[in-house]
Amino acid sequence: MDISLQKVEYRYAAGSPFEKKAIEDISFTIPSGQCVAIIGHTGSGKSTLLLHLNALLKPTSGSVVIGDRTVKAGRKEKDLKPIRQKVGIVFQFPEQQLFEENVMKDICYGPMNFGVSEEEAKKRARYWIEQVGLSQEILEDSPFDLSGGQMRRVAIAGVLAMEPEVLVLDEPTAGLDPRGRKEIMDMFYQLHKKRNLTLILVTHSMEDAAEYADQVVVLNKGRKVHEGTPRDLFADAERLAEWGLGVPEVVRFQRLLEEKTGRSLPGVCLSIDELAAAWNEQSGGPAV
Amino acid sequence: MMEKMIFGRYIPADSLVHRMDPRAKLVFVFAFIAIIFLADNVWAYALAAIFTLASIWLSGITVRFLISGLKPVMILIAFTFVLQLFFAREGQVILDLGLFTIYEEGVRQALMISTQFLLLVFMTSLLTLTTTPISITDGLESLLNPLKKIRFPAHELALMMSIALRFIPTLMDETDKIMKAQMARGSDMSSGPVKDRIKAVVPLMIPLFVNAFKRAEDLATAMEVRGYRGGEGRTKYRLLQWHLRDTLALFSLVLLAGLLGSLRIWL
Repeated sequence: MDISLQKVEYRYAAGSPFEKKAIEDISFTIPSGQCVAIIGHTGSGKSTLLLHLNALLKPTSGSVVIGDRTVKAGRKEKDLKPIRQKVGIVFQFPEQQLFEENVMKDICYGPMNFGVSEEEAKKRARYWIEQVGLSQEILEDSPFDLSGGQMRRVAIAGVLAMEPEVLVLDEPTAGLDPRGRKEIMDMFYQLHKKRNLTLILVTHSMEDAAEYADQVVVLNKGRKVHEGTPRDLFADAERLAEWGLGVPEVVRFQRLLEEKTGRSLPGVCLSIDELAAAWNEQSGGPAV
Repeated sequence: MMEKMIFGRYIPADSLVHRMDPRAKLVFVFAFIAIIFLADNVWAYALAAIFTLASIWLSGITVRFLISGLKPVMILIAFTFVLQLFFAREGQVILDLGLFTIYEEGVRQALMISTQFLLLVFMTSLLTLTTTPISITDGLESLLNPLKKIRFPAHELALMMSIALRFIPTLMDETDKIMKAQMARGSDMSSGPVKDRIKAVVPLMIPLFVNAFKRAEDLATAMEVRGYRGGEGRTKYRLLQWHLRDTLALFSLVLLAGLLGSLRIWL
């Protein structure tokens, strides 16, 4: 299912003295099965844009095409549920949305809202709780007795159990330790590969964008300023700095290495293994 | 929806009203609430309305902004207006709808009460819009200070108030956020039968309460680690200063009271 934005603009509090344009003139397409990262500095409009991807916000101008539905400015939309089922969003700090008396019920909440039977929802809960790296025993516990990291995983299971075709992630690893970060991102990436799940990653983390994304969209001050592969994007550190963004650690390391040794590689490498391989190939042996 | 609410929000600016001593503003608003009840005829209401509009003008806040920010209150006022319209049964009949009859007195009462309500809401909003919660608290504490002699917990009360005011916008933003998260999980709060809509509130209220309690606990801990021990021996960084403009503001209120009082007697 493709998602396509056409000249999307959104103003908060439209028509009041507090009116504030959050995003404007944004057009791009997210093809089915891709992993797209949306990056930008704080306040660049990332979070506002994300709410348009499953019609939680309606553009004040322009339109969003989600699969076979079009959400257009100024038109009243009925029955948005099918859109919300197909496009799941894991919000920032999703553990704050837990509310049921036990984990099982919380995970079933989403699927049952979309008309899945209780039996099927429970089956899904048992499946997804293991997918996010927790054991089935936890299903009987109150979500409020869990640790922060476990709550995050339960909340993620709750969204995955809706079995969306597109998954939008808003800073999914914020506040997690490095290991939890990697586990969760790898899990999403596996789903993306195995189930052909479209992944949209809204993030500050250049490392995540470099590692996982096929395409990167850069927002700055509410406008789209760049769209392309991470490799092209991260080759141009100066432009990124203009938008208040940096390059991934590995690219910074590569630049430093090139500077110190006076040798340069043909392009940027997006992982440390890739860098090592490229360096060896060029020099015919290990660097040091 | 939420971003438009202005309850308890402070709009930073540098106007005459903003610069007033919070004690003066507090006394002013409370006195105004009492004085407005002196009004009992059209001329008195017109005078009170002009007085309110002048105060709003001096604060640099537009009336349009006030009205759009106070929409929920407007609905309440509209509701009281309609109630009043049907309840008073004196004077000439204006409209006969069979089941309901609208009398002249009803229209008069409804207009007056809603005007009264509106002016009260405007004045009190003006206080919170032009005064930081911290200064409101400081002012209140300073005004209640004499009561400490009879062991009235003035400092604690002021503290509770400032914390409550401080967290209104935070809770509003959080409500909006959780609502969106649950809507993304298929909850539907804006359509369907009333029973379902009430049910849909549970997933909103529980996280909101849980977060509020958590935040309260964190706040208490944060205060304790910084050595908070109540108002005892506490000095203030911002000292309250009474200026001529504060005296003049209160004097204008005395004038208004006098005028409203005489209009009441003469008309």
